Amino acid sequence: MESTITINILALIARILSGASVRWVDCQPDTCQRVYFANHTSHLDAIVLWSALPQEVRDLTRPVGAKDYWTATRFRQYMAQKVFNALLIDRKEIKVHQSPVDLMIREIGHTHSLIVFPEGGRSSGRGVGEFKSGLYYLCKKRPDLECIPVHLDNMNRILPRGQFLPVPLLSCITFGAPIWLEAGEKKADFLQRARQAVMHLKEL
Amino acid sequence: MDARTIGLIGGILLLLGAAEAVVRILKNHQDSGVDPAILATFHLRVRAWWSLFAVLAAAFFLGKTATVVLFGLIAFWALREFITLTPTRPGDHHALFWVFFVFTPLQFFLVGLGQYQYYSVVIPICGLLFIPWRIAMAGDRKRFLERMAKIQAGLLICVYCLSYAPALMTLELPGESAGRNVNLLLFFVLIVQLSDALQYVWAQIPSRHVIVPTISPNRTWEGLIGGSASVTLIGIALYWATPFPFYFAGLVSLAVSLLGFAGGLTMSAIKRDRGVKDYGTLVEGHHGVLDRIDSLCFAAPVFFHFTLWFFPT
Repeated sequence: MESTITINILALIARILSGASVRWVDCQPDTCQRVYFANHTSHLDAIVLWSALPQEVRDLTRPVGAKDYWTATRFRQYMAQKVFNALLIDRKEIKVHQSPVDLMIREIGHTHSLIVFPEGGRSSGRGVGEFKSGLYYLCKKRPDLECIPVHLDNMNRILPRGQFLPVPLLSCITFGAPIWLEAGEKKADFLQRARQAVMHLKEL
Repeated sequence: MDARTIGLIGGILLLLGAAEAVVRILKNHQDSGVDPAILATFHLRVRAWWSLFAVLAAAFFLGKTATVVLFGLIAFWALREFITLTPTRPGDHHALFWVFFVFTPLQFFLVGLGQYQYYSVVIPICGLLFIPWRIAMAGDRKRFLERMAKIQAGLLICVYCLSYAPALMTLELPGESAGRNVNLLLFFVLIVQLSDALQYVWAQIPSRHVIVPTISPNRTWEGLIGGSASVTLIGIALYWATPFPFYFAGLVSLAVSLLGFAGGLTMSAIKRDRGVKDYGTLVEGHHGVLDRIDSLCFAAPVFFHFTLWFFPT
């Protein structure tokens, strides 16, 4: 890992470039174990969300990313391994006994939190896509994790799909009230509830 | 630093100190009968003035380049607020990249060089034609004219117009050390801010004739006339700080006041259309930069050309 100072400087640069204003609605930053789940419209989402967390929370929070993307270039590899301490998932070979959810649970232990984008890939930016089931299985195995819905606004205009050059517009990140998997709640119901929680934040 | 600069800065410090004192006294006397909401707004304003003055003073102290860079950063941020609020489509992405990272820095670079024949035409000609061409190249024809006009308007108002404020420092004027017209720029910023404040103060008098109720319920004929008249008198009284004779200082002050009004009203119209009150609502806890400089943007090119008209080079 890089030194704390380097990481803080990089987080500050990300904050300034994304022009992000951060809102905590019915929720406060905390170092307890959490899963931050957000809508996904831009390659910058993980960086911006990570940089929006206060330092002591950020140090314990690991973004979950696709291995093929985050190891494609040397810069991305550096960022993923040395800066974010990202948890990389191999999308190509998913083994039965080594599912991504098992990997996440093993890696976070009893200290770390996660940043996930349950839509799987990036959406076009209009509305929020259907959630994949990973979030449900994660919560089923670790029902004590607080799930924090996060809405990232305007990121798709800063760096849309298929573009390499960012435009420095202002964005807004909203953290919402935590949700938990209820006892006996069905998969589809929970995923729908989680998706609604993210979409609700857009209206605030 | 000459005596006139010290006089101007001293006067501004006295004014700001007085404003700060008034706010503090009124805040400590809850029974003064002043609406606390108005007082809170005014306190925010005073704070914004303090920071504006502190940053300007620091830039002046560091010299012309620092001042130009400072205004460049302000323009960049204002453009950011403007475009964020304006709906654009993915097809505009490349044009926007050029606007932010090529035209904006280039404009202030040319201003820093003092090349009037270039910085006065780069955006109105190259920028104006480049933006629609780049959008057309991206192949998205939906609401084409509307989208190009929005980006052009943002670039013209936030960058081109504002760049005439630091350009005042590059003019060679009689009786000024060449390329360091700190006094003229200070005078200009002071008059614009005073005009904003005085129009607001005059608008508080009871008989209110609102000029455009659908856009700005706070701007009244009383405010406009009273504010412009008082600013004209202040401009005449401060003529010693400018290279102008007293009547011309009064005339430019009047022009600046009327344009400040026009700028505020125009930006209000854009904000009303987009359904926000302040550009700053995007960044919570801050007032938008564009809210503070709208009158500056409109007044700067006119003030600059009045100066050029009076001292043809």
